[in-house]
Amino acid sequence: MESFDFPFFIEVLVGGLLSGIMYSLVAIGFVLIYKTSGVLNFAQGALLLFAALTFVSLLERGVPFWITFAVTLAIMAVIGILIERTVLRPLVNKPPITLFVATLGLAYVLEGGAQLLWGTQVHGLDLGIDDVPYVVGGVFISTFDLFAAAVAASIVLLLTIVFRYTRIGLAFRAVADDQFAALAIGLKLPVIWAAVWIAAGFVALVAGLLWGARLGVQFSLSLVVLKALPVLVLGGFDSILGAIVGGLLIGASEKLAEVYLGPFFGGGIESWFAYVFALAILLIRPSGLFGQRLVERT
Amino acid sequence: MGLVSTNVAEWGGAKSAARSRQILTLRGVTLSFGGVTAISDIDLDVAEGEIRAIIGPNGAGKSSLINVISGVYRPDRGTIAIGDTVFADVPGSRVARLGIARTYQNIALFKGLTVLENVETGRAATVSSTFIEQVIGIGRARREEADTRARSEAVIDALHLTSVRDRLVGTLPYGVQKRVELARALVSEPRLLLLDEPMAGMTAGEKQEMAGFVLAARDRSNASIVLIEHDIGVVMGLSDRIAVLDYGRKIADGTPDAVRADQRVIDAYLGVAHDDDIIEESHV
Amino acid sequence: MTTASIPLPRPVSAIGRVPTWLLPLAVIVFAYAGIPLFASDYLYDAILAPFLALSLAAVGLNILTGYAGQVSLGSAAFMAVGAYAAYNFNLRVEGLPLLASIVFAGLIASAVGVVFGLPSLRLKGFYLAVSTLAAQFFVQWTLTKFSWFSNYNPSGVIDAPALGYVFEGPHGRYLFSLSVVVALTVFAARLVKTQTGRNFIAVRDNETAAKISGVPVLHTKLLAFAISSFIIGVAGVLWAFAYLRTVEPHGFNLDRSFQILFIIIIGGLATIRGAFLGAALIVVLPLVLSRAGTFLFGSYFDSGVLDMSQRILVGALIIVFLIAEPDGLAALGNRIARRLRLRSPTN
Repeated sequence: MESFDFPFFIEVLVGGLLSGIMYSLVAIGFVLIYKTSGVLNFAQGALLLFAALTFVSLLERGVPFWITFAVTLAIMAVIGILIERTVLRPLVNKPPITLFVATLGLAYVLEGGAQLLWGTQVHGLDLGIDDVPYVVGGVFISTFDLFAAAVAASIVLLLTIVFRYTRIGLAFRAVADDQFAALAIGLKLPVIWAAVWIAAGFVALVAGLLWGARLGVQFSLSLVVLKALPVLVLGGFDSILGAIVGGLLIGASEKLAEVYLGPFFGGGIESWFAYVFALAILLIRPSGLFGQRLVERT
Repeated sequence: MGLVSTNVAEWGGAKSAARSRQILTLRGVTLSFGGVTAISDIDLDVAEGEIRAIIGPNGAGKSSLINVISGVYRPDRGTIAIGDTVFADVPGSRVARLGIARTYQNIALFKGLTVLENVETGRAATVSSTFIEQVIGIGRARREEADTRARSEAVIDALHLTSVRDRLVGTLPYGVQKRVELARALVSEPRLLLLDEPMAGMTAGEKQEMAGFVLAARDRSNASIVLIEHDIGVVMGLSDRIAVLDYGRKIADGTPDAVRADQRVIDAYLGVAHDDDIIEESHV
Repeated sequence: MTTASIPLPRPVSAIGRVPTWLLPLAVIVFAYAGIPLFASDYLYDAILAPFLALSLAAVGLNILTGYAGQVSLGSAAFMAVGAYAAYNFNLRVEGLPLLASIVFAGLIASAVGVVFGLPSLRLKGFYLAVSTLAAQFFVQWTLTKFSWFSNYNPSGVIDAPALGYVFEGPHGRYLFSLSVVVALTVFAARLVKTQTGRNFIAVRDNETAAKISGVPVLHTKLLAFAISSFIIGVAGVLWAFAYLRTVEPHGFNLDRSFQILFIIIIGGLATIRGAFLGAALIVVLPLVLSRAGTFLFGSYFDSGVLDMSQRILVGALIIVFLIAEPDGLAALGNRIARRLRLRSPTN
């Protein structure tokens, strides 16, 4: 075996960790909804596509950046509230799997709607960040990846502050803890649900912009959910910390596997590697990364 | 104290079991959930053909005890001997073959199956034919299916469920569902039957009927029965021996008369649960 | 209490006097003798061929998800395994009858299904559903990556073998598909009424109680994966051999898996006829939509718009069904039948 190229290894590792943060960003959108309503919201990817497509279409029509951002955010908020009203509220207390399939249907509606509205062509999205490699100790790091990581970190910080120090955050945690108790002390669930859907819409917009800038804004953007799902399996559907650590782990292991194992398989293993990796970890540690038990009911 | 009346006569009287063989022996069984102790250092013996009641206030650990015996929970310490086989952790998947059957405090029927099909599921452990034999309906598969059907029908008739035989269990009233659970347990012809509040939420008439079924189950096959029940009248009339739990510990164990006279029981349990038990009993 | 002397009364159908097997039998007779009287090539190739393949796949998924309660998002992967396995058996084993190729293909799909069903022994609910996606992506990758599976065909799209002299032409292919579907559907309908079928439902409704009652839970789950994957694998053969007449990985993508899941939701979970009702709706819907769209909007309604409106409509249908008719078309049909019976004076 030829000598191990350590700087190259670090480069791959850092690249993997940075793209892992992008996975985490998508995964956090899932966690927000899951914690408050117990739904695995498959439509998170479609929301992301809808947000990015709306944003880029407005921008292309000459609307200034920040106004576009605000308008898109408002549209996402309205969509979030509509979803909560028309889809989830009638299905409250239904088995989780029913809710999941409903969000699958929702994903179809949103994907179809976004493209019917804005067309199916691919849009480039330039966020104004030059992707010049940044060199640290002989290791090349993408500036864009660093920027994306910084944005993801600030979102997590923002969410943490909101949930820890505001009234709505306190209510959110109460609902996540015990819905019935939260109801009993007079918290208005619909208000909290709406707030959470708006937050998920916001996360979808930010993730959509970052992913859109990287991949181009097009239908396949909604498929980033498929990248987030193994992260959730690994980190737990209900843990923001799990989403972050899971994202980093998956991102890093996926890139390392692609570079070091890929050649043995003929490449292209990133389509399934994350799933097999997450499953393997779960088989070793059935309770997941953070010991969330899959409680059996009698 | 006069708060307990024995209604023995109504149910035919508690038979003093021949204490020939030990069916179940618990030694030092302890179970806790994340630091909260549910049951602590419990010893319990159940003899063949014995009706053994476990009483105690809510949260005393009665259901946990049944869950440990039936392999739903894994105890932290202690041993459970079923017949001559000693376990540190009863394997839930082997419970039926070990001759144990149970009912649940919160009904655990299969909602998508009819009464008959639910009861038939109680014979699942005896099936040895493969799915292909079952689909074609030949040989032992046919014999097994006929045998399962016959035994299930018999239990359904015995528990007066014939009129609802083909109804989905989810559509039935609570008391009837409780009886279907008993039928599903009985059809496996267990040597140890664990009943977790089989009469909770029933009317006085239903309770009396249920008590009759429990006695008949014991008398027919000399099965041992572990019974959790809140209604003191029922318990006193039905059981051979009673164990009293409080805060996860066993504070008394003996015949109904001995337990009734035990000062610790009067203080700890009967005193605590004074209100609802008296109310419940006044209906019987 | 005597157990031996109890006679076995005939199970009475919930609907009443009509035996439960009469309607399915009438449908089968009509499918064999009635449809050929008026069917055009278009009806055979564009409607009935995909309908039969999707119905069968839905019957297979219903066994796993509807009856045994294990949600799978990887059905298309097992269809692909079936199609490719049948193609390769047919290609590489000299003189093997086509029917044998298909049965072996089903067994291969079944084996792959058991492997990807192993996580179900430890995972539940969403964790399991997500893990079945591993099958979807891994199988698709394998079939694309290793060109041995497509006999080193440069395009990766291979012609399916003909079904043989007897089953030539649209009508012949239809009879072939129909016979396979009828055989496996009868099998499935019998299966769910046996102890194995009861075990499936018991595991679905209350796993702990099933285990304590003596249902071999682990065995039952893997058996559900095995039987379901067998049927779905054979459905994949029909899809490739009798409908598309080509074998290619792209037809078996994630959207196909979702489509089959939608069919059993719309048709009704844990019903056999629901699989057929749901498949009929999913197959006919785009055709109706296309006609209606062209009629209403003319040339504006191009294939792109059709595609998107179809996505919206299917998604919306799912949501509407989950909210308004969670038991699907099968339950809707029952209700309508009951109402008609009440109204008709002869009954």
